[in-house]
Amino acid sequence: MSRKPRRVGIRRVRRRDNVAGLLVAAVIGFPVYWMVLTAFRPASQVLSNPPVFWPNGFTLDNFSRAMGTETFWANVRSSVVIGLGTVVVSLVIGTLAAFAVARFRFAGRKAFVVVILGVQMIPLTALVIPVYLLINDVGMTDTLTGVILTYLVFMLPFTVWLLRGFIAGIPPELEEAAMVDGCTRLGAFRRVVLPLLAPGLVATSIFAMIQAWNEYVLVYVLLSSPEKQTLSIWLVSFQTGFGTDYGGLMAGATLTALPVVVFFLIVQRRIAAGLAVGAVKG
Amino acid sequence: MSADATQPSPVPYQPADEDASRHGGRPAQATPDERPGAGRQQGSGNHRFDQTGTEGEPAQHGVRPAGSAGPPPRTRWARVTRRRTGSELLPYLLITPALLSLVVVLGYPLADMLLLSFQDMTRRELFSGAAPPWAGLDQFRTILSDGFFWEVVARTAAFTVVCTTLTMVLSLSIALLMRRVSTWVRLTIASVLIAVWAMPVMVAASIFRWLFDADYGVINWVLSQLPMVDFSKHNWFTDPWQGFAVIAGVVIWGALPFATITLHAALMQIPQELEEAAVIDGVRGSQMLRHITFPVIKPSFVMVTTLMSIWNFGVFNQIWLMRGGQPEREYYLLGVYSFIESFAINRYSAGAAIAVVTVLLLLAGSVVYLRQMLRMGEVE
Repeated sequence: MSRKPRRVGIRRVRRRDNVAGLLVAAVIGFPVYWMVLTAFRPASQVLSNPPVFWPNGFTLDNFSRAMGTETFWANVRSSVVIGLGTVVVSLVIGTLAAFAVARFRFAGRKAFVVVILGVQMIPLTALVIPVYLLINDVGMTDTLTGVILTYLVFMLPFTVWLLRGFIAGIPPELEEAAMVDGCTRLGAFRRVVLPLLAPGLVATSIFAMIQAWNEYVLVYVLLSSPEKQTLSIWLVSFQTGFGTDYGGLMAGATLTALPVVVFFLIVQRRIAAGLAVGAVKG
Repeated sequence: MSADATQPSPVPYQPADEDASRHGGRPAQATPDERPGAGRQQGSGNHRFDQTGTEGEPAQHGVRPAGSAGPPPRTRWARVTRRRTGSELLPYLLITPALLSLVVVLGYPLADMLLLSFQDMTRRELFSGAAPPWAGLDQFRTILSDGFFWEVVARTAAFTVVCTTLTMVLSLSIALLMRRVSTWVRLTIASVLIAVWAMPVMVAASIFRWLFDADYGVINWVLSQLPMVDFSKHNWFTDPWQGFAVIAGVVIWGALPFATITLHAALMQIPQELEEAAVIDGVRGSQMLRHITFPVIKPSFVMVTTLMSIWNFGVFNQIWLMRGGQPEREYYLLGVYSFIESFAINRYSAGAAIAVVTVLLLLAGSVVYLRQMLRMGEVE
């Protein structure tokens, strides 16, 4: 958008557009603002009529109340364990498959890609029943391993697809050069492809992490003990359990969303950097 | 987690952030040329990344066209052809783990679901481990002859159409607006979108419950400020129409960032000359959108619309969470219906049959999506 206002009157149009743009941003952003505002507000101020739209008073009470619930830290732990487990396994398996899809032409490749893409279209809720029965059959309900296993599969398709794109962006000539210089294929992969793929791996793993963090239905069905459940379940039970403690609820919501927002910011930079570096012009 | 938009929608929530940082962080005009292939990087979600790959390929043939003219014609492009021994097997070895896990944890349940829908599984069989009795087409017959089921189907379809339309109209308008504002305003909009994008569904649902709270919700207060309107103590969920309006609000709010950022990325690729030439030729206002702008972004638009429809059709979380885990029958959409049949009423087979019908209906949407992907050459 390098267009500079040139014609007469265009400045006014630009100003009108800017105002409209800011308005849009305000409306879309308001729920998030309201969440944070409520979270830091003293309980006495939260339920006020008429509502106050700017910060008045500051307290961390809501947060300590939210974090003080019995299972909070256990739930954080299981969210982290599930997230990390899923990410590590799906990255390993996904990278292999992505490499195959990006670098080789083999019979059945297109079918594999179509399966990968098509599978993502199946709504998770449709599969909850049979997945639950499967996990139940192997006796892994209410275990984190069972959850990791199922998440893994739901993450795999998009892991493969994302990584495939990143790998395709690395010129095969680099690998070939390494192989000419005496690397084995594996060596070339490890010394050449992997370092260049790092930003892609980071981005992909964070996306997978976010999805695992946010997922609700499967954990809800698969995990029954409160201390094994994840933060998403914790937040929902908070909602029903505490009635209208909106201060605490919004503090809980802020806590749940915080890691995701931070991760999002990281990925964003990494992807930008990755794309700049990843072109490997030099 | 594929399909849920919130979810994490599998595909969904991805790549766009990169654009945001692109337009946001630096002077926008620098970006398009920054990397090779940037011009074509649009696509939705993750797909954008591989376009770089697609572009690499032509170069590849150029480099070594003959070298790989081996026995199977497809290996023409293969990079491995140099070492023939074992290289034929290598790709299969590489995809084996992925394929295996997909088959076990996804293929098997899918088949199991199909099987289940032809049986009659209840809590008793679940706990005793006995094989559920065969029911043939009974489940389907019961469901398809049930007026309530068709009501739910119609409701789901209507919900999908309304949400998708609103999302696309809003996101296209915002994306168009983003092209016209100053850089700092665009940066502001992009950051807000990213923040919203990062919100987990549970969080979004909690926030909206608070916003629409009957006693202290901001929305009721704001509406009451309008002349002749009194919304104090108004409960939005007594009337399912209004309840669905709120739920649609959460869904659309959550979907806007992905759609807007993707469409904006597509819009960035329209060469300025094209629009300038159109202006010189006398194209004005809506003509520009219809004949110049829209055709260029159409592939992305179709893609996003399809994905949105698919996700909206399978929506579950937002309804479940907004109704506190106990949606009334008026709030059933297919996803919720199937879930409740299975886990609340323990009629697993009925639930499975509903899920099977849902997936079949969704297949239509998926075919559109896959065809578009194939057409855009992303799958190659």
